[in-house]
Amino acid sequence: MDFINAIILLLNYTVIPALTYGSQLALGAIFVTLVYGILRFANFATGDMMSFGTMVAVLLTFYFQSLGISFGFLPTALLTIPPAILAMIFYMLFIDKFVFSYYRIKKSPPVQLAMVSVGVMFVTQAIIRIIIGPFDRRFFDGEKFILKANEFKEMTGLNEGLAIKSTQAITIFVTVIVVSIMFWFLNRTKTGTSMRAYSDNEDLALLSGIDPKKVVLITWIIAGILATIGGVLYGLDKSYRPFVYFNNMLPIFAAAIVGGIGNPFGAFLGGYVIAFAEILVTYAYKKFFTYLLPEFMEPDSLMQLLSTDYKFAVSFSILVIVLLFRPSGIFKGKTL
Amino acid sequence: MIQHKNIIAAYSIMILLIIAVGILQSWTIALTILNYCLISAVMTIGANIQWGYAGLINFGIMGYTALGGLAAVLVNVPPVKEAWKAGGSGMVVSLILIIFGVYVIRTVLRKFENSKKRNYVVAATIIIGFIIIRYISGPAIENIEAVDPAKTGFLGGLGLPIIFSWIVGGLFAAGIAFIVGKIALGLRADYLAIATLLIAEIIVSIIKHEDWLARGVKNVIGLKRPVPYEVDLQSSTWFIDLVEKFHSKKLDLITSLSERQDVLNQLVIDASSVYVKLCLAGLFLSVVIILLILTQKALYSPWGRKMRAIRDNEVAANAMGKNVVKEHLLIFILGSAIVGIAGAMMVTNDGLFTPGSYRPMRYTFVIWVMVIVGGTGNNFGAILGGFVVWFLWVEAAPIALFFINLFTSHLEETNALKAHLIQSAAYFRFLLVGIGLLIIMRYRPKGIIPEKINIKKI
Repeated sequence: MDFINAIILLLNYTVIPALTYGSQLALGAIFVTLVYGILRFANFATGDMMSFGTMVAVLLTFYFQSLGISFGFLPTALLTIPPAILAMIFYMLFIDKFVFSYYRIKKSPPVQLAMVSVGVMFVTQAIIRIIIGPFDRRFFDGEKFILKANEFKEMTGLNEGLAIKSTQAITIFVTVIVVSIMFWFLNRTKTGTSMRAYSDNEDLALLSGIDPKKVVLITWIIAGILATIGGVLYGLDKSYRPFVYFNNMLPIFAAAIVGGIGNPFGAFLGGYVIAFAEILVTYAYKKFFTYLLPEFMEPDSLMQLLSTDYKFAVSFSILVIVLLFRPSGIFKGKTL
Repeated sequence: MIQHKNIIAAYSIMILLIIAVGILQSWTIALTILNYCLISAVMTIGANIQWGYAGLINFGIMGYTALGGLAAVLVNVPPVKEAWKAGGSGMVVSLILIIFGVYVIRTVLRKFENSKKRNYVVAATIIIGFIIIRYISGPAIENIEAVDPAKTGFLGGLGLPIIFSWIVGGLFAAGIAFIVGKIALGLRADYLAIATLLIAEIIVSIIKHEDWLARGVKNVIGLKRPVPYEVDLQSSTWFIDLVEKFHSKKLDLITSLSERQDVLNQLVIDASSVYVKLCLAGLFLSVVIILLILTQKALYSPWGRKMRAIRDNEVAANAMGKNVVKEHLLIFILGSAIVGIAGAMMVTNDGLFTPGSYRPMRYTFVIWVMVIVGGTGNNFGAILGGFVVWFLWVEAAPIALFFINLFTSHLEETNALKAHLIQSAAYFRFLLVGIGLLIIMRYRPKGIIPEKINIKKI
């Protein structure tokens, strides 16, 4: 019985939150990796682009709520994702047309494009803050829990409760669907194959008649979908605040590099690696060991490896270790 | 010759702009801006050495700035004796253990060949060392943080004048840059940017959360200035006499004695803050000038030529027998040390250390915009970039407010759009800086004052 209690405890406090957070990171990491693999630069505007898409969704949610439209027990924000994606793609294509395409055609070094993306980051951040302001906004509505801790306790008769928030379930469910569609697209369709070819060897791809404009367009469309969905899911689960989204760029980069930059599957797993590491290293295992160990061996400290303040630092340290021992990432990077 | 004219023209415009702020807003604001411009200039010199001379991207500027600030605290604050008594010995033992652990790992790495066994030994040393250190330092940290937590709760510093911290800050940053350089310098350009950014984030989070070191997010206030205080100036007779002499014409017009005294008091209060800021500006300016002379000398020395050769073609420079790895590491350390000096200068200027304020936006990306806008590889350009961008960063809000009022003057005061825009005037600084960067990158990719390469004609 104690053993099951310990497992439930870990599930409730580490595994489920890590899966949720990992899914959110994974979507962002695939976005970074796609841009890096096909457009060939590190996009420092990642966090703010996600923020832009989420901002549109938040504003639309508030508008829908004022009209009285709701999505039953599901959050209204899910209804606003499609128009938000459209706005996001439009914004990305606009930026690409007026900023990035010039450097792409000139074949500037990736460093220059990365610097340009810093400029885009500033502008995007300004637009967001001018439109919606820097404040914390919650836009979640609908049922909060799928499974409440108390209900679970009554159902099973265990000491430990297992709570599943609906945002957690939605996040994992949506991520699985989006990512599987994306991998199907990249691996099975003709357009996806041409994108992979372009990423592998640009010149050879051009020789075989692949239209670079189309590849770039499709890349931005996929990027827009991933950025918006990732951002909205994060905002639903926590809350929407522009500064936090900017900061999220850092673990997302870490996830993309850990998985092997340019490799979408690596980025997908990298997100979970980072999320699990952050949560497992900073979780206090005291209660867990109290269940498992006999009474005389019970720990009196918190059994916490690092305090939760170092959450971000953990993921960055993992990145440093990976860069030291396997610079191309866990899964060999730079093939799409 | 044209180059010189450009430089002189650009700097004169900048000085005129600051004077304009002095006349239109107030001299205190103008001098505050000037001081921050000078500090930013030191940072841009550091970033420019790395990026302009050697082509290394260091997005970790925030981390080295914070280290400089930490140095200012550790040098200036008097030691907290109770805290040392409570937990000082534990911390010293931990420090010795860390040094010993690093030494053990070093010898293992050197003496034994690369094998699985060796890696396991290293990993085991790290884990066991970590547990032992936590066991020793844990209670010590608790004791230290329990000593009068509202005021101290940390070990304190050395109690020396804060000026020394400028050197110490440079040394701190150089030491960390050595480690970071060893780890990250082998990476490709954009990987290096991300890695340094994340490592800087780790450094800042350690400074933020290790309260025994520098109080963390509880901030350290009341650092002693290297220049006189306003309060002391206002009560010293020589200063009042000076102000009286300076404003004698204006004061002579006032006949009533009490009124004259009131006006004089107000003038003395204003003048004292201006005087303090001028003193600081003098100190900062001398640092900028010394660094400028040194970096210019280095740029045109054989060493500078070697760096440019490495930057422009690493492979060829390597083939010529230049040690690219060593030079990269050296320049990474030098540039970071200069940023560390700037960090200490900034805390000196503010008189307080707020680890929570070290954010990548302000301390990494804005500094990079300065370097790129000013002119990569050209020190005069980089310094000018520091001035221009900082000026825009500060003055963007008033300028934006002016234009918002101009364009919405036909709307009513209660108009929702107008109110919203006025409320968010502060965020136009991001827009201004971002668009400035994009325009410069597109139409003048080498910056306002581009790098000048002297090729002697035969």
